[in-house]
Amino acid sequence: MSLQAEMGEKATRLGIPISVHIDVTYRCNERCDHCYLEHDDKGEMTTQEIKDLLDQLAAANVFYLTFSGGEVFMRRDFLELVEYARQLQFNVQLKTNGVMIRQREAQRLRELGVEQVQISVYSHRPEVHDAITRLPGSLKRSLEAVRFLKSQGLRVTVANVYMKVNRQDQAATQALVRELGVEYKLDPTVTPMMDGNSSVLALRVDGERLRDVFSDPRLVGNVGEFCAPPQAVDDDVMESHSCSAGHASCYINPYGEVYPCVQFPLPTGNVRRQKFLDIWQHSPQMNEVRSIKVKDLPVCSTCTHAAGCSRCPGLAYMEGNMRGPSTADCEKSYYRTGIPSANMLRKAAAAGTAPPPRLVQILPMTV
Amino acid sequence: MAETYIARSTKIAARNLGGEMMIMSAVDSTFFTLNPVATVIWQAADGKTPLSQIVSEQVCSEFEVEPEQARRDAEEFVSQLSQHGILLISDHPLSSDRPATEAP
Repeated sequence: MSLQAEMGEKATRLGIPISVHIDVTYRCNERCDHCYLEHDDKGEMTTQEIKDLLDQLAAANVFYLTFSGGEVFMRRDFLELVEYARQLQFNVQLKTNGVMIRQREAQRLRELGVEQVQISVYSHRPEVHDAITRLPGSLKRSLEAVRFLKSQGLRVTVANVYMKVNRQDQAATQALVRELGVEYKLDPTVTPMMDGNSSVLALRVDGERLRDVFSDPRLVGNVGEFCAPPQAVDDDVMESHSCSAGHASCYINPYGEVYPCVQFPLPTGNVRRQKFLDIWQHSPQMNEVRSIKVKDLPVCSTCTHAAGCSRCPGLAYMEGNMRGPSTADCEKSYYRTGIPSANMLRKAAAAGTAPPPRLVQILPMTV
Repeated sequence: MAETYIARSTKIAARNLGGEMMIMSAVDSTFFTLNPVATVIWQAADGKTPLSQIVSEQVCSEFEVEPEQARRDAEEFVSQLSQHGILLISDHPLSSDRPATEAP
């Protein structure tokens, strides 16, 4: 286990929110097909409100701070906020489309000691990327931003979302990113909108296409290990929890509302009315989230994938039950290992259809 | 013998996690955790207090350690962190109000 992972476990044990993600605005200069946000400004926090919040987060021992949006540079005070956060010695990471980052901004981010900048790129072809963002010229600007940031010595990651509309460009996009000399991250997860609207889910690739991703060593590392059969489910697994949401991390939106995660729209309080630590420590909703262990999940606790599943409690919540399965993660487990999840088998039985076939036959070695 | 003064760099991210400092260099992303003794030295590194005084007044008084051993350990610790730009070392007092944009 890495030193940073050890610190994450320690934070969970101590109940410290070691990692916080703040969306400083929902406004954006792009209108991406898959975006889960509404972009109208409904009264985002002022500069002073965010600085006060950062003071509280520093006092709560938050270490990793992610600024995201919307597009962070839509706020004229954004670099002032980054400077303030760095004075408070946060490890600052940014998520941006990069369209407004030029040499001057890149240099300033480097001077301020920003740890990492993640830029969204959906294709190597402008006709595909710009069609997804609905901003002509956006691919060119985003790639220029990558180069400006890289030239400053900043750590840059390009994040791509794997969807039906750009699936065919994945390999070429990855190659372009490799040429740029920066990290590449591909996420096949398209999430419902924060208001529950799930129409964007139509953009998700078919499950079969996930196998292309899971069998690519450039994306998953050791394919054999990544796609290995599920590990045994023991007492330690039953006593564990799904992820760090609400345990060592949380999300705060531009209006001061606090959630367990950006992908978990369960309101737990608002920093405009309460102190952050009051919400973190005493919110009934936050405490309910952190009380849930694998053994408390009625379906997932019976699943062969319980030990290795990427089950997202936020996606489960959006499906109607934070203790229920997350269908997208069931599919990932299935197409990763070839073994259907308990949820998939249960659904097939309820519908009177044949269960999903095992995709991989694991045969005992004969001597 | 000349005194040694130490000050925390501003090119870092740092937090105290249950009595253990975790520090990441903003220059090369090296990640450190400090044990309780090193944490005391780190927190006392205000640029104004000589290292010898930090060792005698804070380390030796809070931990059961021989002064000479404590001095050697402290000097080694300070040397290691300064090599990563995490601590600044000088033979004269350092300003405590260095800007966040100090040269890498």
